[in-house]
Amino acid sequence: MLREIINTVIKKFIHQFASPKTYFLQVKRLYPWVFYISIAIYVVAITWGLLFTPKDFVQGNSYRIIYFHVPASFIAQSLYAAMAFSSAVYLIWKVKLAAYLSRSIAPVGATVTLIALISGSIWGIPTWGTWWEWDARITSTLILFIMYLGLISLHNSFNNFEKADKLFSYLAIIGFIQIPIIKKSVDWWSSLHQPASITISDKPSIDPVMLYPLFLSIIGFSGLVACLVILSSKVQIYKREKNKNWIKDYV
Amino acid sequence: MKQHRKKRLLNILLISSLSGAGVLMVLYALNTNLDYFFTPSEIISKELPKNKRVKVGGMVLEGSVERDSSNIKFVITDYQESISVQYAGIVPDLFKEGSGVVALGYIDKNGLKAEKILAKHDENYMPPALKD
Repeated sequence: MLREIINTVIKKFIHQFASPKTYFLQVKRLYPWVFYISIAIYVVAITWGLLFTPKDFVQGNSYRIIYFHVPASFIAQSLYAAMAFSSAVYLIWKVKLAAYLSRSIAPVGATVTLIALISGSIWGIPTWGTWWEWDARITSTLILFIMYLGLISLHNSFNNFEKADKLFSYLAIIGFIQIPIIKKSVDWWSSLHQPASITISDKPSIDPVMLYPLFLSIIGFSGLVACLVILSSKVQIYKREKNKNWIKDYV
Repeated sequence: MKQHRKKRLLNILLISSLSGAGVLMVLYALNTNLDYFFTPSEIISKELPKNKRVKVGGMVLEGSVERDSSNIKFVITDYQESISVQYAGIVPDLFKEGSGVVALGYIDKNGLKAEKILAKHDENYMPPALKD
């Protein structure tokens, strides 16, 4: 009895929300809210971080690039996890929307990873004295960037969307192994990059006055990245469903 | 979960755990080859071949820095073993006694003749006023 109810609820929820049409319409309503709220948060966070926090006792002002670098690095990895998860949903439940989402996360993920790499390089010059070294953290992040690009070009190399989605999803899931490796790279091997400042188990080793704007910048940046994913997913929906009647009404 | 979905889930779990295990085995085999630098203890215990470029990392020993025009001499230590380093050039701003450093160069009988000095910093961030 209970099982049947759960099943019908799941079915109803998945069928409704997982229909690209409902998604498209809901997201259209949601988008301006997400965009304006997160851009407000982000502007506050960056202004706070750049102008109203004290200098660092070692790095002086150059530590302030943390407000760009940490959100980008964190979200570059989180997006990959999201992409692998939605790939699994596609492969197991054959939810088409999940495949569209996976494919639309990839270019955004590549962009965010590139931001992480570039901001890290800029940060490296005044602190380490180099903009690029082949240490474990930097190299594994570069591999993440290449992985995103590889997935995109793999998908693009097929004419048949279904085949492309399937292969893309399998590869995205297999590639997920790199995320814990990136996370742990600074602990497993000696590296130029310092270990994590914010961990689940310990108190953050960043002073609260610097940490609050950092958290805000992560939230704001996540929201902006979510907007990019929404835009990118609209492109995917349009590409795949352009012959459907409902979408013709929109164009 | 329906039977065919369960099967697909198990397939995915199998594929990802196998490939994950494969990658981890490769990393395990590479082991210290993925290290960015050697510590002074590793250098001394391993007797590295001469005329090979190595990176040595550790802390700049307190009180060991000697500057002479553009030359600098200091000792890298992991608080067990130490290696003295000579370098002609400009060191990064964060190069300081008691903080992390990586030196790239050749080992000879006097220690390490460095070609490049990089500064490491740790994961602590705080305002200068709170330093103590």
